[in-house]
Amino acid sequence: MSAEEKLTRENFPESPEKATLEGKNKFLGFWLFLGGETVLFASLFATYLALKDSNAGGATSQDLFELPIVFIATMLLLTSSLTSVYAIYHMKNFQYRKMQIWFIITILLGAGFLALEIYEFNHYVHEFEFTFKSSAFGSAFYTLVGFHGGHVAVGLGWFITLLIRNGRRGLSLYNAPKFYVASLYWHFIDVVWVFIFTVVYLMGMVG
Amino acid sequence: MSTLANTKPKSVLWDYLTTVDHKKIAILYLVAGGFFFIVGGIEAMLIRIQLAVPENTFVGADTYNELMTMHGTTMIFLAAMPLIFALMNAVVPLQIGARDVAFPFLNALGFWLFLMGGIFLNLGWFLGGAPDAGWTSYASLSLYSPGHGIDFYTLGLQISGAGTLIGGINFLVTIINMRAPGMTYMRMPLFTWTVFVASALILFAFPPLTVGIFLMIFDRLFGANFFDPTLGGNTIIWEHLFWIFGHPEVYILILPAFGVFSEVFATFSRKRLFGYTSMVFAIVLIGFLGFMVWVHHMFTTGLGPIANAIFAVATMAIAVPTGIKIFNWLLTMWGGSISFTTPMLYAVSFIPSFVLGGVTGIMLAAAPADYQYHDTYFVVAHFHYVIVGGVVLGLLAGVTYWWPKMFGKMLDEKLGKITFWLFLIGFHLTFFIQHFVGLMGMPRRVWTFLDGQGWNTANLISSIGAVFMAVAVLVLVINIIKTSMSKQQADGDAWGDGRTLEWAIPSPPPEYNFKQTPLVRGLDPLWIEKMEGRKEIVPAEPVGDIHMPNGSILPLLMSLGLFIAAIGFLYRNDYAWGDPIGAGGLFITFASMFLRSWIDDHGYHIHKEELIDEEEKEVK
Repeated sequence: MSAEEKLTRENFPESPEKATLEGKNKFLGFWLFLGGETVLFASLFATYLALKDSNAGGATSQDLFELPIVFIATMLLLTSSLTSVYAIYHMKNFQYRKMQIWFIITILLGAGFLALEIYEFNHYVHEFEFTFKSSAFGSAFYTLVGFHGGHVAVGLGWFITLLIRNGRRGLSLYNAPKFYVASLYWHFIDVVWVFIFTVVYLMGMVG
Repeated sequence: MSTLANTKPKSVLWDYLTTVDHKKIAILYLVAGGFFFIVGGIEAMLIRIQLAVPENTFVGADTYNELMTMHGTTMIFLAAMPLIFALMNAVVPLQIGARDVAFPFLNALGFWLFLMGGIFLNLGWFLGGAPDAGWTSYASLSLYSPGHGIDFYTLGLQISGAGTLIGGINFLVTIINMRAPGMTYMRMPLFTWTVFVASALILFAFPPLTVGIFLMIFDRLFGANFFDPTLGGNTIIWEHLFWIFGHPEVYILILPAFGVFSEVFATFSRKRLFGYTSMVFAIVLIGFLGFMVWVHHMFTTGLGPIANAIFAVATMAIAVPTGIKIFNWLLTMWGGSISFTTPMLYAVSFIPSFVLGGVTGIMLAAAPADYQYHDTYFVVAHFHYVIVGGVVLGLLAGVTYWWPKMFGKMLDEKLGKITFWLFLIGFHLTFFIQHFVGLMGMPRRVWTFLDGQGWNTANLISSIGAVFMAVAVLVLVINIIKTSMSKQQADGDAWGDGRTLEWAIPSPPPEYNFKQTPLVRGLDPLWIEKMEGRKEIVPAEPVGDIHMPNGSILPLLMSLGLFIAAIGFLYRNDYAWGDPIGAGGLFITFASMFLRSWIDDHGYHIHKEELIDEEEKEVK
């Protein structure tokens, strides 16, 4: 890492996340980690598919799900993925201020998604008495969707920590890989949600 | 950049608690794995004492179930895995000409997670009962196991499993990104190749176990119903998730052992490994097929003839790449100038032992016949032949072979050979006969057997064999103590016939491994240089500053946090303090992660001048 050289927009590398060996390792390691995460969610999806009709006489997916709220949540999360792309675009162009702004928008959208999910869970518990303990379907639903929600919460905490820590420091080849990897994680969460939307909600609506 | 950090002298204890050096982490893995190996061995001895005579009352049925469960769990997760990680850490960075692994901090974290999980798993012995549903812990059994034994299993394995996953990712990145100039994929030593494939298996096999264990934790401690049929649950889900992990796990263990043997055969036959390319191909194919065969553990579950047939054929297919490897090893020895050192003895004896395990594997893979073998001692004999005859012989060979590289001293060859013969005879004595008692119908996992079924002599022979193995391990411990007392220093090329890069540097290596990154000019780089009359590897760079990572106590704190959290959640339904302690433990872990993110860690540099000074000192 040639830290002595002052970074400017002209000499900032095209792929700052991979400009150092540490960055390259982080980049590859994180992709591999996401491979493991994919298997983790695949296992959760398989469990959910095996148990989705085992409602033990309680609420079924047709009783519970309402598309409007899920649709809004989906739009929030998909948009947040787009805004994080903008943030990384500006990072590569060495426009730190713009990167910060787009990340803040990403966080706000992600927080909106999380709030809707909490509202949704709360609604199911109080309106339908549909809980984690009420049936195998309940356990599988809250585990799969909850794991995703937990990932969103961790992602938000990660973005916030990074933004505060680097608030006044500007971009460097030390923190660029960190921003990049966090945004990779955010995209992954988004992709998982696309599957949850399809497999859990859409398939749950048609039965 | 910051060069001031981390150069203060440290006490040995603090050094090991905070180390991120792969060579020291290897020693930590070796010590911890060796300790659990002895614990698991003692459990095996107690099992064999109980089964030495019919209708024995040495231990009760409950204790027997705990012993049998903990023997399997300990040996697989807490002995074999960390010992393999010990070899991986000690050897892989040296073999590829790297100064460290890609993520030194995560390397330490992986170790501490494993250790905390292992200790937690064994706490059950002291806190009201160990796990007792077998190492597979099938949900139909474990869900209704009273007490907290199963919870020690689930929470302990969850923690140590996270450590393994981290280790797998670390080695994948290390091998992909950190190879020295000229070290192409097809010039990598076979051990590095096997570690590479085994790490990929870890990455894709451990998450299903993580999920399975989460479901079990949720069911037993948080009131979920994944496995409870009365509320729609299905216990077969556990079996699937467990074996989707469990079968690749077998290959995670055996592949690095194959790698060790490939190195040992080539070194002590003084020949290039026969069929290098086909060896690499076979490793990758075994790794791939390893994910396609998990249902052969569930033939009697009742998934139907089509599922059983597909998985039976896939299982048998694995014999093909394995056979390729066996023949390659034999042909490596063919015409070589063989010296029968202790590692070579292990390697040679591994071939017939492992082939036996492979043959019974094919027998078990025939689904209709498996209905007869299922849950008998035939299965016990089979998997001990592959795990002891393959993995344990591989570990013993690897530890003996690389001991001088790790510690700078050669193990005593005479004592080593005594260990070898005792162990080999004891192993066959114990397990060969079990094939036949199994075929006679003796069921596994039962705490005793009745007189007059013709099983008495066979079981007694098994127990006598176990004593041989115990004595062998004892001799090994004496050997280690003797070696550590001796002052004789091993050469860099300790066996004199080293072929790969680790033998080109001093034993033990300096903390930065290679003063100058080596230039690799082909397969077996050191051998190539020797053949051209050079004593050292050609460097790829001039002497320069070396960047080193800083040590940190945070990996230990993160792992400790999870340990505390596990204690809290285990007692959440018994005591009011359970959940708060659990949350507190998680807070420690997340706070440590936050600190890791917050505090900049640029490492430090060893300057060129210091390196040159050291060199001059050596010359004097």
